[in-house]
Amino acid sequence: MFPKGTKRKFSDSGEEAVSSGDQGPASPSVAARTLSSSYSLQRQSLLDMSLIKLQLCHMLVEPNLCRSVLIANTVRQIQEEMTQDGTWQIMTQALAAAQCPTDRLVATEVLCRQTDAAAQAGQSPKPYSVVGVEEGYHSEEVVMEGDVETDVTMSTLSPVSPQLSSASYLAGPFGMGPCWEEEEEDGECEEEEEEDSEECVSEGEEGDGDHLSADSRTGEQVFGTFEIKHPAPPPDPALEELFSDVDPSYYDLDTVLTGMQSAPKMGPYDLLDSLSSHGPTALSSSSSCRSDLNELDHIMEIIVGS
Amino acid sequence: QKCVYSTWWPYLFSFLQFLLLTADIISTVEFNQSGELLATGDKGGRVVIFQQEQESKNKLQCRGEYNVYSTFQSHEPEFDYLKSLEIEEKINKIRWLPQKNAAHFLLSTNDKTIKLWKISERDKRPEGYNLKEEDGRYRDPNTVTTLRVPVFRPMDLMVEASPRRVFANAHTYHINSISVNSDCETYLSADDLRVNLWHLEITDRSFNIVDIKPANMEDLTEVITAAEFHPNQCNTFVYSSSKGTIRLCDMRAAALCDSHAKLFEEPEDPNNRSFFSEIISSISDVKFSHSGRYMMTRDYLSVKIWDLNMESRPVETYQVHEYLRSKLCSLYENDCIFDKFECCWNGNDSVVMTGSYNNFFRMFDRGYQQDMTLEASRENSKLRSVLKPRKVSTGGKRKKDEISVDSLDFNKKILHTAWHPLDNIIAVATTNNLYIFQDKLN
Repeated sequence: MFPKGTKRKFSDSGEEAVSSGDQGPASPSVAARTLSSSYSLQRQSLLDMSLIKLQLCHMLVEPNLCRSVLIANTVRQIQEEMTQDGTWQIMTQALAAAQCPTDRLVATEVLCRQTDAAAQAGQSPKPYSVVGVEEGYHSEEVVMEGDVETDVTMSTLSPVSPQLSSASYLAGPFGMGPCWEEEEEDGECEEEEEEDSEECVSEGEEGDGDHLSADSRTGEQVFGTFEIKHPAPPPDPALEELFSDVDPSYYDLDTVLTGMQSAPKMGPYDLLDSLSSHGPTALSSSSSCRSDLNELDHIMEIIVGS
Repeated sequence: QKCVYSTWWPYLFSFLQFLLLTADIISTVEFNQSGELLATGDKGGRVVIFQQEQESKNKLQCRGEYNVYSTFQSHEPEFDYLKSLEIEEKINKIRWLPQKNAAHFLLSTNDKTIKLWKISERDKRPEGYNLKEEDGRYRDPNTVTTLRVPVFRPMDLMVEASPRRVFANAHTYHINSISVNSDCETYLSADDLRVNLWHLEITDRSFNIVDIKPANMEDLTEVITAAEFHPNQCNTFVYSSSKGTIRLCDMRAAALCDSHAKLFEEPEDPNNRSFFSEIISSISDVKFSHSGRYMMTRDYLSVKIWDLNMESRPVETYQVHEYLRSKLCSLYENDCIFDKFECCWNGNDSVVMTGSYNNFFRMFDRGYQQDMTLEASRENSKLRSVLKPRKVSTGGKRKKDEISVDSLDFNKKILHTAWHPLDNIIAVATTNNLYIFQDKLN
């Protein structure tokens, strides 16, 4: 099934449970749904896998909007089903109570936090709005007037809440170097909470001048990656100079990730292996996440250049 | 000339040619309208055009081979310095214009820019200038005593490709399709969210005729995957989506064709519902039949033929590799589920063809309701020999010569195939190589 040598994660017979999906009546009872813990496991793993894929979109040789949309829709479907049978609420509550939030995949965690915030705001959890870690280099517009704001970068990376410190690690390596805030036309800096704070940069503006709300920004950030901006004005020599001493090797994702694991070439699913956990058992183990966190802090330092 | 082999399958393809292309991955394959020329585009932005040899009158059963006719660099990588974003030079599509004079024209596109190329032959050159020597040096005017008219003399054939038009800056997203209109004056280009209409002579503007970009990108759930003009009706085109729908639009109805004239969609089979249902329903290619009465769509597991007069469901469905349905989770994990296979019709619309994995490709004869699996592989086929049909074993017991699903090589995928418009010659692209097969029967 895989290119030879790749480890298989689940037996394909086990996949039947996931592949066959919604068997039975249109609105199964919660009891019927939780019948198969194997199904829940598979579904959770599919969710984890999908979120990782979304975050690592830019690792592809060719960024692919169609693929991202399909993955995002899959995540939505899973979330809807989990919401219907109550597992979603259970998961978010468990995560909130967890000692070490970094046990969960970052994006899942963020997703839950978003839901929490929405709940706190008195709304029902909205359908999952795609939260992707924005590759800063795709969407940033460098501030042309005045000095380039390096301090804005630092403030963006420092988390809004302590829980996000684990979340922001992913923003670092995938931000591919110094991140620049985009300035709104009214001069206001983007500093949005939650999912946006892990992302280095907010979306570059459309030619048609959409003024994006906070919510739309998230989808924009993922899908906006795939825009091909029309030819920019010739690069400012001052900016070229600014970038000239940045070591281009830091832009090599492979180099970055090599620091994380000993394997010379790491694919997105190895990341899944190293970080994700399968099911509720994950919540109890905290030692592995701490060593991961140290490694990731290390990488953050490299990227930020401190 | 009677067929030696008794077979229910009306075609016997034999291995005509194996062409080793560059180290770059082939990204598109297209015959021109006469079939004399075969164009390939690759990941490195190059276009290689092959020309069929004139048929030898002596060898009745053997069509001419294809030889390299022209090679040129169509697109170069572009780099947006401000965003550290590279725009790939990979040729996504090539489409030939109908031939009007001695020169040939084709459109080639990468993610962002479409170019019109003129390919012309030069086999004569003027000789006998008064003021210049043959090598170009100017003659001493004192030595010029007579006047003569330069004449054209034959020279070695030179094929030149020159860019005649560059259609740029009209697409924010990645271009996936181009299609020349039957009026031969306009063409469409489609990206993930928009379809634009161009006039071949005008490069500085295009008309946007479809725009499915939501006001709020967060609401984006569907993208355009392919688009094509109707072969006869110059006002009609279709575009397919990632949700498995095809919309047929009439440009006479409105300037912006966001609302379709017809919507083709097959209702989902509730028994097959899974988290992967939408992904596998995403249409990777759409092609009108030559007649214009039908269109064919390719989704991950099947090929469907639609009658343009019936929107509710396809008239024919062919399973390409149904044995993969139970493997969708693995294929999702290794991203194979996102592979975009193309499909094509034969000249008289009786057979359709598409690629699969393990360098297999599949043909479906609509008349005989038979199908065939063949393999494009140098190791497993000798030149000039008839291709042996392949079979993937789906049951428990694997018969001799069958291949089990688990030993299929998912890195060997055939995404691009083309069928000669008039003859039974097919071009099949594996990752780096182009295979040409011809039908042995006359």
